[in-house]
Amino acid sequence: MPIRRVLIANRGEIALRVIRSCRELGIETVLAVSEADRDSLPVRLSDRAVCIGPGRASDSYLQIDTLVQAALGTGADAVHPGYGFLSERAPFARRCEEAGLVFIGPTVAQLEAVGDKLRARAEALAAHVPVVQGGSAHSLAEATTLVARVGTPLLIKAVGGGGGRGMQRVDHESDLPAAMDMASAEAGAAFGDARVYLERYVAHGRHVEVQVLGDGQGQVIHLGERDCSVQRRYQKLIEESPAPRLDPRLREELYSAAVRFAARLHYRGAGTVEFLVDMERGEFYFLEMNARIQVEHPVTEAVTGIDLVAAQIRIAGGGGLPLAQSELRLAGCAIECRINAEDPAHDFMPSPGRVVTAEWPQGEGIRVDTHIAAGSSVPPYYDSLLGKIIAHGASREQARTRLAAALAATRIEGVKTNVGYQQQLLADPEFMRGGVDTGFVARRGT
Amino acid sequence: MSLSAKDVAEILQALEASTFDTLDLELNGVKLKLSRSAGVVLQPAGNFPAKGPDHGSAATTGAAVHAVRIEAPHGTVAVAAPLLGIFYRSPRPGEAAFVEVGNRVEADTNVGIIEVMKLMNTVRAGLRGEVVAIPARNGELVEYGEALLFVRPD
Repeated sequence: MPIRRVLIANRGEIALRVIRSCRELGIETVLAVSEADRDSLPVRLSDRAVCIGPGRASDSYLQIDTLVQAALGTGADAVHPGYGFLSERAPFARRCEEAGLVFIGPTVAQLEAVGDKLRARAEALAAHVPVVQGGSAHSLAEATTLVARVGTPLLIKAVGGGGGRGMQRVDHESDLPAAMDMASAEAGAAFGDARVYLERYVAHGRHVEVQVLGDGQGQVIHLGERDCSVQRRYQKLIEESPAPRLDPRLREELYSAAVRFAARLHYRGAGTVEFLVDMERGEFYFLEMNARIQVEHPVTEAVTGIDLVAAQIRIAGGGGLPLAQSELRLAGCAIECRINAEDPAHDFMPSPGRVVTAEWPQGEGIRVDTHIAAGSSVPPYYDSLLGKIIAHGASREQARTRLAAALAATRIEGVKTNVGYQQQLLADPEFMRGGVDTGFVARRGT
Repeated sequence: MSLSAKDVAEILQALEASTFDTLDLELNGVKLKLSRSAGVVLQPAGNFPAKGPDHGSAATTGAAVHAVRIEAPHGTVAVAAPLLGIFYRSPRPGEAAFVEVGNRVEADTNVGIIEVMKLMNTVRAGLRGEVVAIPARNGELVEYGEALLFVRPD
């Protein structure tokens, strides 16, 4: 069924990104916005915008019934959830389907399978994909037994969590009861699910993820990997493709593990299988699957030449995969920096407000995805992402140099940003060498 | 000169009765934009928010249907939609409307229903006064904050 009009249940740069692909495909867009986003750039560039509620996300972007009603009331035939908000919530996908709307994403069953991180672990094992030593810890007794087997340090993670949120590191067994209590309470508050599980803490690990596309019929292809090891408190700052200095054999194994995992689920649409690469053991483990378009998708688009949002829409409309695995050509290197409204001088505190000046870079191999222009407001209700700057080059060094020059040409005033901080990271010898682990940012200090 | 609430109400009714969907009126520094779907905007001319740089070559053809901040005509207060949904002026199809122009309302007077996925939400006036205009149309989608009716408070 061809999609004619898409309701975008999201905001910011990803809303604009979806609008761009829809325009190219000749699809109309209806943007659902909160009161705080009424004057945003995506509103002006969409075909229509409807206000769905007050600024707070819980009163607007997280209101399932309101969004479905907005789609029906504006004659949309499909819903694009973007990332974050309701993008991976099975009840939202179900409500869309019940209302006769195409949910541009995986099926309800797939969202349920990967949304529950313990179940996702089981799915990985069933697909012969390695997981980190660990398991469920419904009670302290269960956790203690597990610690005896796995040892410390370890991580407590939320079953309903993901993206690094709600994780607790435990270094000593004696800290376990308090950490379990805290992690469980946090998980309950943040995800409405207090269950937690434990995993061995990998001291020197790299975060490498594989982009996949599935047609929903069991056919799955990969579109290469992204290295997202440059993280601060589990939040990604810089992403790149390909992963530098990664053993080619390991890379192939990651690809096939990701495809195996997704194919077993008959995965539909775009998704990302995240792995932790243990640098000491030369092994890799399944972390989780993100059943949505990701913030860092442009680096994959840069090296593959494939429009991932268009691919999502095509698959959702029954058009199948845009290419066969054998047709994939990976060209050059791409690096992305996330530009956030936050203050590096004050522990990266969010810095909402009004942007007075917004000069984004241009140039050979440079792409900027942003919803921010001079006069744009950065509401306090949402994440602090202002935009992403992506550089593509024939080599990693060319991409890095281009990105550094692009950051130098970027001028954002009115809110504090991490532009200067990102420049330092790009110029760090360890990063320049390539292949840093997830402890890189913490080791540097700020 | 400026438009009085009564003027706006009369213009609204004239538009209601006409076959036109939109009306743009500009006189002496006052700009009145009326549209059947978007409600009413009354603002001083030349005071539009500054437009940022155009990103790429995106067209702006959809601008007319974009959400607009709805402000009440002088001397009236808008009863705004407390949530997005389908607005109904009467309790059931074919029945009399909760309120008509000229009716008096109390704070707890039911003035309409907003349906969100089969869930009916009663909308109350929230103030005491006289209904001057009813810009929201029966059976159509109203946005959060959209003016349903204008009331001249006592």
